[in-house]
Amino acid sequence: MKSAVSIQGLAKSYGTTRAVDGLDLEIEQGELFGIIGPDGAGKTTTMQILVTLIPPDKGEVLVGGHDVRTGIQAIRSLVGYMPQRFSLYPDLSVEQNIDFFAELFGVPKSEMAVRKQRLYRFSRLGPFAKRLAGKLSGGMKQKLALSCTLVHDPEILILDEPTTGVDPLSRLEFWEILHHLHRMGTTVIVTTPYIDEALSCDRVAVMHGGQSLACGTPDELVSLFPHKLYAIREPGISLHDTLVMSIRGVLRVAAFGDSLHVAAEPDTSPSQLETELSAALGRGINLEPISPSLEDVFIHLIHTKRNDGA
Amino acid sequence: MGPDTTVSVRGLTRDFGSFRAVDDVWFEVHTGEVFGFLGANGAGKTTLIRMLCGLLEPTAGTATVCGLDIRTRTRDVRRIIGYMSQKFSLYEDLPVRANIEFFGGVYGLPRSALKRSIARLTAELQLEEYASAQTRSLPLGIKQRLALGIALLHNPSVLFLDEPTAGVDPIIRRNFWRIIYDIAGRGSTVFVTTHYMEEAEYCNRLLIMHQGKIIETGSPSELKTRHDRPTIRDVFIRLISERMQEENAV
Amino acid sequence: MKRRVFAVIRKEFIHIARDFRSLIIILVMPVLMIALYGYGITLDMRCIRFAVVDLSRTPQSRALIASFTGNGFFREVAGDYTPDDAPSLFRQRRIQMMLVIPRDFAASLATQAETTVQVLVDATDANVGTYIHTYTEQVLQGYASSLSGAVQPILRLEPRLLYNPDRKSTHFFVPGLIAVLLMLVSALLTSITITRERESGTMEQILVSPIRPVEIVIGKVIPYITIGFADGALILASARILFGTPVHGSLLLLALLGTVYVFVALSFGLLVSTVARTQVIAMFMTVMLTILPTFLLSGFLFPVASMPTVLQYLSRIIPATYFLVIIRGVMLKGVGIAELWLPIVSLCAIGTFILSVAVMRFRISLE
Repeated sequence: MKSAVSIQGLAKSYGTTRAVDGLDLEIEQGELFGIIGPDGAGKTTTMQILVTLIPPDKGEVLVGGHDVRTGIQAIRSLVGYMPQRFSLYPDLSVEQNIDFFAELFGVPKSEMAVRKQRLYRFSRLGPFAKRLAGKLSGGMKQKLALSCTLVHDPEILILDEPTTGVDPLSRLEFWEILHHLHRMGTTVIVTTPYIDEALSCDRVAVMHGGQSLACGTPDELVSLFPHKLYAIREPGISLHDTLVMSIRGVLRVAAFGDSLHVAAEPDTSPSQLETELSAALGRGINLEPISPSLEDVFIHLIHTKRNDGA
Repeated sequence: MGPDTTVSVRGLTRDFGSFRAVDDVWFEVHTGEVFGFLGANGAGKTTLIRMLCGLLEPTAGTATVCGLDIRTRTRDVRRIIGYMSQKFSLYEDLPVRANIEFFGGVYGLPRSALKRSIARLTAELQLEEYASAQTRSLPLGIKQRLALGIALLHNPSVLFLDEPTAGVDPIIRRNFWRIIYDIAGRGSTVFVTTHYMEEAEYCNRLLIMHQGKIIETGSPSELKTRHDRPTIRDVFIRLISERMQEENAV
Repeated sequence: MKRRVFAVIRKEFIHIARDFRSLIIILVMPVLMIALYGYGITLDMRCIRFAVVDLSRTPQSRALIASFTGNGFFREVAGDYTPDDAPSLFRQRRIQMMLVIPRDFAASLATQAETTVQVLVDATDANVGTYIHTYTEQVLQGYASSLSGAVQPILRLEPRLLYNPDRKSTHFFVPGLIAVLLMLVSALLTSITITRERESGTMEQILVSPIRPVEIVIGKVIPYITIGFADGALILASARILFGTPVHGSLLLLALLGTVYVFVALSFGLLVSTVARTQVIAMFMTVMLTILPTFLLSGFLFPVASMPTVLQYLSRIIPATYFLVIIRGVMLKGVGIAELWLPIVSLCAIGTFILSVAVMRFRISLE
């Protein structure tokens, strides 16, 4: 497989802040690749370097085989980019927005009609072609932004938190479009704060402090979770998390509505834990083993890294 | 109305011109509940919250907060509620401490009470190290914690949080929810709107809105059983897409 | 390249057309200003209150005073004044003009070829001042020609225009207004349209396309030059129709040098947009750095020569200072390049400097 994106030893600083600090990533052609990480992990900076908006300080970055320092024009016609704060011209109609971006990217006039029809078909924006972009709903605006980044048929699509602040149904619809593009062979690179979105990617990288902490399929990442995870389902239990935290062997506690998720050392026996918890809370407690989610892994990775640093 | 009912909503309706944003909504919320509003953009969640906070006049119907009618006792209602809006609405150009003191002043807190509140909240929300920082320079997660702290300054009985965690990462979200549980555990009632369905699972009770109407309500586990779906996300998507199909069919 | 620039131009024109109200304001406001300004002063010219300091106290001096009071335009405010009273009388708005007839008036009329009288004029309102000045001159000439004698003496007026000693009329006002408006349209609109895109995030989206920064700049600037020119032409035409303001020199030369000035102005706008993060700040900065200096320091309202030395130096780096010399020269005196080469070269030099700084900063600020 050929690499769509190859990043080696990438570094970028703003003043004294190291936004990206020794990042290595290989993204293959045709992959649907997700990047998750806390605020300030360097996701946006990395995306901006990939699309040649900002130059890297150090490291080798190839996009579609072109160096981001020298192949700016080549990369720009190859890549479609939807920035974090994607935005359109609210006083232009849906069609005028699409036409404008088509001309910027030099889409041949003869192909415009066909392209537009195709974009309308999957975005379902056709009936709204004459509507001003400012008058669209949140989900529709976002589909229009995607349409504008797709107008020149990019081989690589780079999306920076495209679904933040969008309701679940619109998000689902948006991801259906991404999956469709993925099946058609487009490489899709997407950052997201939603763990459920990361789950539907081929591979996911967890970024923190400008580096990649782990990278693999969602299943591979979940298997990295080194602890045992239990749920206690009991009304009102969530209020006792500090008490539960004080039990020996318990590493982390998180409240989920009327249940509590408890991460424990792998060598702790569940029955022992159960006894101690029951004694501490003064009532019979039932521990139910559960399998970790990607979110659990994510939080584990970040915590471990932070504790190492401190 | 039961003895532990904090908020009682009876037929609230709000029109904007010919558009009905909230349409005859009825429900009750109990003391100490974490109550979640779900719905697509434009479903009416924010309008409903703004009416309950006394920021918007209802077109019809009414509601009581801690027994106070929101139409006639608006000022008293505002004294006992805390509100954190969707948009970050603190003064970016002021230091953190100045922001807190200003809002404390707005609520007319006596100096000694304000001091105690500030000391308690900055410790609880781990804001000590940022007290003299410029608000603009804070990371998003800290800003959100600060906004929450300010909404809590006057010890409100009811707290309204409109998409408090939009755009922040899972770790900050978990921290934030720990704080929300603490607040509820101390007997405050917490209203939350969110687009994160993982967060919906954390709520004690949920209310799903669509085009101004309530289409479903119940605890997360009740809803999952009733609709035979493994997660709230699936329940939500099923409910909304059913509605939309019906509308398209008509 | 051409296609991308045209795409930007077309888009800008859609923005302009959608924001119809602003467009109307931009086009109608200057015409309105000209009309108000011009008519405002002519309506005020019925009854000029004046005081007399008659140091001569002769039949000749009394005849001169009578020729003022007799014509219906002037009304004497009686009293025993000295020239030193003029400022306070002006401030209290009791009089607008003071006529000072020297002690040797009668003698001088009889013996000298030239006799001088002093006239103090309240020129707070530039045009009113000019009108009073002109009327006074006419009355004096009428008086001189009425004198009997073989040789008609020349009565020389020694005017002192207080508060606003430059003589400005509507004719003078029109070129100044053009200079201000071209600056306003070019600098303000350019800086706002660019910061708006940066603020809303669309700039990032355009920048990842193959478009080059210079193409964005050209595409954004052309529509606003067009509006600027339409504005200038509209002002010229309405001044001509309403008040008969002439253009003595070459229109082509005026258009050419107008283009140079507009380029300087929009380079400034571009420069502002590289610094300002939001539209509000851009607007504020443009007004502070371009519009206000153009109004106050360029010689539009106050003549450069009467400013404190520091401000005179400051006025030399303001593009409008040179453009005012150029446009007044071409319009009112009908001069050509030969007489104007110095301000033209200065304007070009300032423009080149601002533009190169702006373009350099524009590239950097995109990062």
